[in-house]
Order: sequence, then structure tokens, then C-alpha cells
Amino acid sequence: MMYVVAGVAILLTMGMAIARMLAGPTLYDRILATNVFGTKTVLIIAVMGFLVGRPEFIDVAIVYALINFIGIVAILKFFEYGSFRSGIADTDPGAEENKETRP
Amino acid sequence: MIALLLDVLSWILLLTGSAFLLIGGVGLLRFPDFYSRLQAAGITDTLCSITILLGLTLQTDSLSVAAKLLFTLGFLLFTAPLASLSMAKAGRHSKVDPWRPENGGES
Repeated sequence: MMYVVAGVAILLTMGMAIARMLAGPTLYDRILATNVFGTKTVLIIAVMGFLVGRPEFIDVAIVYALINFIGIVAILKFFEYGSFRSGIADTDPGAEENKETRP
Repeated sequence: MIALLLDVLSWILLLTGSAFLLIGGVGLLRFPDFYSRLQAAGITDTLCSITILLGLTLQTDSLSVAAKLLFTLGFLLFTAPLASLSMAKAGRHSKVDPWRPENGGES
């Protein structure tokens, strides 16, 4: 019963994240909603494993957490700097000023 | 007796997590700009992970499942704030405007 309550709450939050994903005025709102959706997917995989009596599903949740984090950081880097190639420090606009103040 | 105590604790943790999940979801929908939505979402990322995964950990008998749940919790506690920080930094870098009262409520 407690798993059903938690699962319903997680599903409602995922629905709200999808609404923000569709409605978000900027790109970063959509990325934020995607991140929330991914984190809540980890939680609902864990809860569903307990609900159906097979808690070993938590392995899937661990892998999903890893993939979600790497994917979000990659998407953010792509849309912030326009490519995957150059390092973040190379294209940082504040790097030029920092170089001059450094000895 | 111990089982009943664990059940009650698990109920409390799962219900707290569910309540904060719904609050964070409503905040994600209703807040006026990107940064305040980021705050609502970031709070649910860490707080709800702590409460729900700890509530599940109290319900299991197997040591390996408990260890995996705690590992997932630790991993989420490291990566969720980092993802929020990256999103805020990317938003600042791309000049997403914060909400101001004189703009009439739209970001």
C-alpha cells in the first residue's frame, strides 16, 4: 500500500515535469524538466521493484542514474558551447580576464 | 514489535517524500522563471531521494539490496546538486533573464 502511494506521487510529478517540458518557454526549462523526469524515473524503478516483490530492479535504477547524469551534462555542454569538441575552460568567456590577472 | 516500528517509520518517510514530490512538481509548473523552477526541482531531487530511498531501505531484508539502495542514494546526492549547478551556470552563460516584478510576471 505504501508503495502504491509513493508510486502515484512519483507518477504525478513525472506528469508535471512532462507538462513543463512541453510548455517551457526556454530551452533550459525543457532540460530541467528532463532532469527531473530522469531522477523520478530512478525513484519509480526502485519503488516498482518493491511493489512487484523483486527488489533486484534497483540495479536498473543505478544504471539509469548514471546514464541520466552523463546525458544531462552532455546536453548542457552541447547547448551552452555549441559543440562537444573543445574543453569547457577553453571557451569560457571569463578565461581571458583571468589570464591577465594571473602572474 | 520491531517490524511494526519499521513499518511506521517507512510510512512516515515515504509519505513525506511523496508530499515533497507533489510540492516540487507544483513549483516546477507554477514558478515564474527558470531559476526559481530550478530551485523547486533541485529540492525534490535531493530531499525526495533521501526520504523515499531510506523508506525503501527500511523495508528490505536483504543486505545487498540495502547496500545498492544506499549506493544509489549517495550517487544521487553527489550528482543531483552538480546537475543543478551546471544548469544554473548554463542558464547564466546563455543569458536567461531572471524574473523581475516590473516585467509584469512573465519571464
